[in-house]
Amino acid sequence: MEDLSTGSESDYSNSWISWFLSTKGNEYFAEVDEDYILDRFNLTGLNGEVVQEYSRALNLITDTLDEESLDDDVRESVETSARFLYGLIHARYIVTSRGLSKMLEKYRKADFGRCPRVYCYSQPLLPVGLSDIPYQKAVKLYCPRCEDIYSPKSNRHGSIDGAYFGTTFPHMLFMVYPQMIPGKGQPVGSSSVADVNRSLVAGQGRVEGGGVSTTSVATKAERYEPRIFGFKVNEDARLSRWRTAKRDAQITRLENLEREQGQPNL
Amino acid sequence: MASSAPPPELDPDELEEEAFDSSSQASSTATSTLTWINWYTSLPGHDYFCDVHEDFIEDDFNLTGLQAMVPFFKEALEMVLDVEPEEDSSKIPDVSIVESSAELLYGLVHQRFILTKVGLSCMVEKYEAGHFGACPRVFCHATPVLPCGRADMPGIDTVKLYCPNCGDIYTPPSSKYGGVDGAFFGTTFSPLFFQQYPELHSAPFFASTPSTIPASSSRVSPSDSPVPVGGSTFTNPNPHGGQKSALGRVYVPRIYGFKVSERARSGPRMKWLRERPERADELDNVDWKGRFKDGLASNDQDDLMQGQAGILSRDKSGKGKLFDDEDDVEEDDESEAEEDGVGPGIDAAGI
Repeated sequence: MEDLSTGSESDYSNSWISWFLSTKGNEYFAEVDEDYILDRFNLTGLNGEVVQEYSRALNLITDTLDEESLDDDVRESVETSARFLYGLIHARYIVTSRGLSKMLEKYRKADFGRCPRVYCYSQPLLPVGLSDIPYQKAVKLYCPRCEDIYSPKSNRHGSIDGAYFGTTFPHMLFMVYPQMIPGKGQPVGSSSVADVNRSLVAGQGRVEGGGVSTTSVATKAERYEPRIFGFKVNEDARLSRWRTAKRDAQITRLENLEREQGQPNL
Repeated sequence: MASSAPPPELDPDELEEEAFDSSSQASSTATSTLTWINWYTSLPGHDYFCDVHEDFIEDDFNLTGLQAMVPFFKEALEMVLDVEPEEDSSKIPDVSIVESSAELLYGLVHQRFILTKVGLSCMVEKYEAGHFGACPRVFCHATPVLPCGRADMPGIDTVKLYCPNCGDIYTPPSSKYGGVDGAFFGTTFSPLFFQQYPELHSAPFFASTPSTIPASSSRVSPSDSPVPVGGSTFTNPNPHGGQKSALGRVYVPRIYGFKVSERARSGPRMKWLRERPERADELDNVDWKGRFKDGLASNDQDDLMQGQAGILSRDKSGKGKLFDDEDDVEEDDESEAEEDGVGPGIDAAGI
């Protein structure tokens, strides 16, 4: 491991995973439990055909590889395969309940960065893939406030494979933790950091509309309105009105559904 | 610094240099040949600024009202224009005060300058060279962005970046722009810029895939106008509107390949923020309050049906199709997807 120029962090952590996580650029990854990796069921479909040097890579991840016996070239390729394999396992792990709670912790610390959109008020982001197949698309960041995806600021993160996170992850997270769904407007009062923390602690927080229904949250969303000397721009304003109409149509639709079901839309 | 107020015969360049050394990274050698403006716009974090032409600043008419906003106006103006300071400059307690006044003055003049024809053409050059960066939104595919302010008065907000494709504003990616006041660009600049250069602004409508183009154009009644949608012959019927073909894809959240249903509590609520109508005339279906006009009230009903049944034959303007909401989005739209998406959505959300 010494030859991999990891800096001083690697000195005190002797497991491959903790070394990998401490490497610069890997901040998005959560720690996959060793138990999870050791359960072969979780690795179904991952084999020598998908991952080169599969068994050695797996041994490296679980710290059971005798590295001394390998020459540098082989070690290099095993190392690469191990990262790849770890990524693929990671994508599976983070949609499990253990994985989700670990990622939630990272989300809370805003490890994945914050939304660049001005009217999202520095909303913490979540990583998302655009494909579950490796080597297709790099990782993107999903903002649960504007529900759109953005490219990571840094090239280090911009080159991570999106398949290491998968297309499902952020949406699964909010399915499992609906209390974490942020409101759409300006966070109430305090800064967004405090807000996230508060809603985590209280287990409720920023869900608007009485704490249960998210039907009409979109009305709180702010939009940029281009103005020339204070006057709205015709075409932009027309598009904006059209979008308002679409928004309200959706809200009406959802409210009707809610009424029919006689209960809030959970 | 107060004690080091320069004697009148001191070269103004040196005067600035002194101030800058105290603040930061002025190179001590190059300043003699640089004008203050060149120097200022080349500082790190100042690359959004263009060089305001000196004759613009020298015209008093362009400075109307600024005297009241900028302390030490006269000295600041001299500094910006590299004019020898006059005798009474020694009265100024601290040269760094003049320095910050000069920056304020320059910023406010800059706000006015970039609205002029010359200023706009300076900025379009910078825009096309990509000096302002690109939109971080994935489906804007790195559309170049333009600096804009949210206020015209200084000290309110920092500079933001406007994307002409999604029409939204973003925080600059680097903290070095955190010190640049949005008022130095102003609220008017970016909309005016795209009025001047509509070919750089995206049209407000978007037809999903090339395959739908024949269908959609055949739906256009002859009276509507000859609107070829998409492709190289793209035109916006509104001559003052954006003339660029929009990058209109919208992100669709999916769980294991199934769309997250809007009926789930965590379902999509913000798709409208990025959506566009398929054709320009659909914008007219909305009244001034942002409601679909009467004849289209059934539209909501149809959308409701779609929400319930997963299948829809919307008849908004004499056309029937499946899945109005999603069809501008993807290539892989299968008819089962939506309905199946409802299942997991509700189940999981019910936890």
